[in-house]
Amino acid sequence: MRIFSLLLTAFSLLAAPHVAAAKDTLTVYTYESFTAEWGPGPQVEKAFEAECGCDVKFVAVADGVALLNRVKLEGKATKADIVLGLDTNLTAEAKASGLFAPSGIDMANVNVPGGWADDTFVPFDYGYFAVVYDTQALKTPPASLKELVEGDPEQKIVIQDPRTSTPGLGLLLWVKAVYGDKAADAWKLLRRRVLTVTPGWSESYGLFTKGEAPMVLSYTTSPAYHMISEKTDRYQAAAFAEGHYLEVEVAALTVNGEKNPLAKKFLAFMTGPGFQDAIPETNWMFPAGRIDKPLDPAFDRLVKPARTLLLPSEEVAANRKAWVDEWLSAMSK
Amino acid sequence: MTTRSTAGAAPATPLPGLAALGFVGLVVGGAFAGLIAEGARDPQGAAAALDGYMLRVAGFTLFQAAASTVLSVVPAIAVARALSRHPRFFGRSLILKLFAVPLALPAIVAAMGILSLFGRAGWFAAAFSAMTGGTWPGIYGLSGILLAHVFFNLPLAARLFAEALETVPADQWRLSSQLGMRAGIVFRLIEWPVLRAALPGVAGLVFMLCVTSFTIVLTLGGGPAASTLEVAIYQALRFDFDPARAVVLTLAQVALTLIVVAFLVRIGANLSGDANLAVTNRRYMAASGSERVFDGFCIAAALLLVAGPMAAIVAAGLEADLWRLVREASFLRATATSLVLATASATLAAALAWSLTAAGRRLAGSASFVLVVPPIVIGAGWFVLLRTVADVFAIAPAMVVAVNAIMAMPFALRAIRPAHDAAAARHDRLCAALGIGGWNRLRLIDWPALRRPLATALTFAAALSLGDLGVIALFGSDTVKTLPYLLYERMGSYRTADAAGLALLLGAFCLLLILAADRLGRTEDT
Repeated sequence: MRIFSLLLTAFSLLAAPHVAAAKDTLTVYTYESFTAEWGPGPQVEKAFEAECGCDVKFVAVADGVALLNRVKLEGKATKADIVLGLDTNLTAEAKASGLFAPSGIDMANVNVPGGWADDTFVPFDYGYFAVVYDTQALKTPPASLKELVEGDPEQKIVIQDPRTSTPGLGLLLWVKAVYGDKAADAWKLLRRRVLTVTPGWSESYGLFTKGEAPMVLSYTTSPAYHMISEKTDRYQAAAFAEGHYLEVEVAALTVNGEKNPLAKKFLAFMTGPGFQDAIPETNWMFPAGRIDKPLDPAFDRLVKPARTLLLPSEEVAANRKAWVDEWLSAMSK
Repeated sequence: MTTRSTAGAAPATPLPGLAALGFVGLVVGGAFAGLIAEGARDPQGAAAALDGYMLRVAGFTLFQAAASTVLSVVPAIAVARALSRHPRFFGRSLILKLFAVPLALPAIVAAMGILSLFGRAGWFAAAFSAMTGGTWPGIYGLSGILLAHVFFNLPLAARLFAEALETVPADQWRLSSQLGMRAGIVFRLIEWPVLRAALPGVAGLVFMLCVTSFTIVLTLGGGPAASTLEVAIYQALRFDFDPARAVVLTLAQVALTLIVVAFLVRIGANLSGDANLAVTNRRYMAASGSERVFDGFCIAAALLLVAGPMAAIVAAGLEADLWRLVREASFLRATATSLVLATASATLAAALAWSLTAAGRRLAGSASFVLVVPPIVIGAGWFVLLRTVADVFAIAPAMVVAVNAIMAMPFALRAIRPAHDAAAARHDRLCAALGIGGWNRLRLIDWPALRRPLATALTFAAALSLGDLGVIALFGSDTVKTLPYLLYERMGSYRTADAAGLALLLGAFCLLLILAADRLGRTEDT
C-alpha cells in the first residue's frame, strides 16, 4: 500500500488546484468542449477577468447531462457559482432540484428564436438540429423529415443513441414533435435507413466524414465549420419543410453563487459581446446575445428553418423515459 | 510491498496477497458502498432494473461475448503454437510486440480502423460489392462486433498462450524431437496440457472484456438491438444518475460472468509442474514441410488481422498535420500525463498481480472479476463517497491510477501465472530444503524466472492504461487530460484529422512502451 499512498501524495501535490491569492474567484462548472483550447472558454475567461479583475476558474465535466448530475450530487455544498452548459431538455429537471437561483439580470440582450421567458436560466447560444449530408455522395437530399423517414433505404444515415447523446435525444424529440403518436411508426420506417446508432455525436460524425454514410444527424451550423475552417462547401445541411428542432444552451446561478457578487456580473457579461463574439466560431452555435463582431458570411448561407420546433421542458422531463422506451422497441425489432 | 510475496509458495496465504486482495476489495467495495448508500435514498430504480428489455440485453451480452471468445481463443491457440514452434524467424519479436498494441487503442479508433477495411466505404468495399453483386452493406451488425472483438482479443490471447508455452521445459522438446514425435502427438502430450491449464484464465479474460464492451457494440452493432449491460450501466450512472439501478445491473453482470467463468474453470486443468531443472537451454525444432506451411499460414493470418486495421490507422494518421500536433502544448501535456499515469498504473498492476499469483490460484481468480465492474461504477461510487470529505479534483489522478491498475491487474496476472506456477513447482521443495527464502529467494530464484513475464505484464498493463478513459466521467478531467482524452476532444469538435493523428501517435507510444518493457525483461542469455 505504500506505493499507492506515495503516488496519491505525489498526485495530490501535482494536481493541487491553483490557489488564488488575493483575487476574488468565480467558479464556473461547464462541459469539456467549452474549455478546450479552441473552445470559447479561454477567450471568455480572458475577457471577463480583464473586466472584473477577478480569477475565473472553469471546472469541466463531460457534457450537459454529466454537469447536472455533478451539481445534483454535490447538492447545496457545490463549489460552483455558475453552471454553464445545460440545455432546454434539462432545465425542468434542474429547476426541480432546487439548487438554482433566479438570475435577476436584465434580459434585454437575450435573443433566441421564439423568445425567452425563464427567470432562472439565461441562454448563451442556440442551434438547430439538422441532417447534414455529403454533396458528393447525395445529389438530392431529403427536403422534409417525411422524405427522410420514407426515403431510399440504400441511402444511409448515422444517428446517435438518445440514451447517451444530446443530438440523439434531439432527433427523438424532433420526430415526436412532427409525428406525435405516430412517432413509433416513423421510427420503424426510418430504421431501414439507419446505418448504425453511435453512443455520441463524435463517433457518428467521424463515420460520416469517413464516407461510411452520406447523412448524419448534426446541427445546421455544422457546415459553417467546414466552410470557414476547412474552406469547403462539401458538407451541407438539408432544410426540412416541417421545421427544425431547437436546442438552447443556458447557464444559471447556483444557490451558492447567489452570494458571490461576481456570479451575477458574469451572467450579465455572458449576454454581451465580450462573451457572445466568441461563440459562433468556437462553439459553432448561434449567439444568443448581443454581438459586436458581425457573423462570418458563411453563417448567412446556413439553412434557415421554416419553423422552430421545441417541446416544453416539463413535457420532455415527464415523458423522456416513455419516449426512449418507445424508440427502443421500434428500433430493436 | 513485493519483497516477501514469493513466500506465497507456502500453503498459508501470504500477507502481500491478502494486502493486494484487500486493496482491490477496498476500491471495489468502497465504490459499491457509496452507490448503495446513495441509491438507498431512491431505490425504485433497483426494482425496475431487470425488465424484459434488460433480459434481452443480458442475453445478447452473453451471446456476443461467448461467440467473440470462441472466435478469438481457438485461432489464438494455433497462432501461439505456431509462434512457439518457430522461435527464431525474422520479424517474430516485432509481431509479438504488435500484438500488444490493439489493447492500447481506444475502442472508437479500432472501430474506425476496421471500418477503413470492411466498411461501406472501406478499402475492400468495391471487391466485396463485385463478389456479392450488390452494394456492400459494410460489416455493421453482429459480424462487425465479432470482428472488432477478435481484432482486440486474438492477439492478446495468442501472446498469453505463447507465454504459457514458454514454460515447457526445453528438455521435453528435446526428448520429443529425439523420439521423433509427430506434431499431433507433441500437441497432445506436451502443448495441450500447458495450453489447457492456461485456457480458463485466457478465455475468462477475453470473455470478460467482451461482456463489458460498449463503444464497439454500439458503433458497429447497427442499432439498439445490439446493446450490452455495460451500456445500460453507463446510462444509469451518467445520464439518469440512478445508482440503485446501476448497482443491480452491475451485480447482474458480475453474476452472469461468474457462472460462465465457473464453467470455463471446469474445462481447464491444474498443471502438475515439472520439478526438474532444465538442462537444455534451447528449443529443438523439427517441423515438417506441411507443418511449416500451416504454421506460416496461422501467423500470417493473425498478422493480417492485426496489421490491416493498424495500417489503416497509420494511413489516416499520416494525413494529419503531425508536425504541428506534436508541438502543441496540449499534446505535450497530455503525453506526459498519459505516460506518468500509465507507468504508475502498470507498476501497481504488476505488483498486485505478483502478490496475488503468489497467494494462489483461487485468490487470484476471484480478484479478476473486477474486470466486469465498469470503471464508471468505481469512479461514480468513490465520487459519491469522497465528495463531502475531500477535494475530488485532487483525488482524480490517484483514482485513475488505482482503477487502471486494478483493471489491468487481471492481464498482468495471466502473463505472470504460468511462469510463476512452473517455477514454483520446480523450486519450492528445493528452496524449502535449502532454507532459501525472503529476499534471497526473490533475487536468486524467482526474479530470473519471472523477469520476462513481468515485463509482459507491465507491457499489457501500460498499454491498457494508456487507452483508458472511463473512470473520470464525473470527477472532471482537467487534471487528468490524457492522450485518448485529447483524441476524443478533437473528435468532438470536428477535428477528425487531428484525432486520426493522435491515434497514430498513441499507437506509436504504446509500441515504444512495449519496446522499453521488453528491454527490461530481456534475459542475459538471449
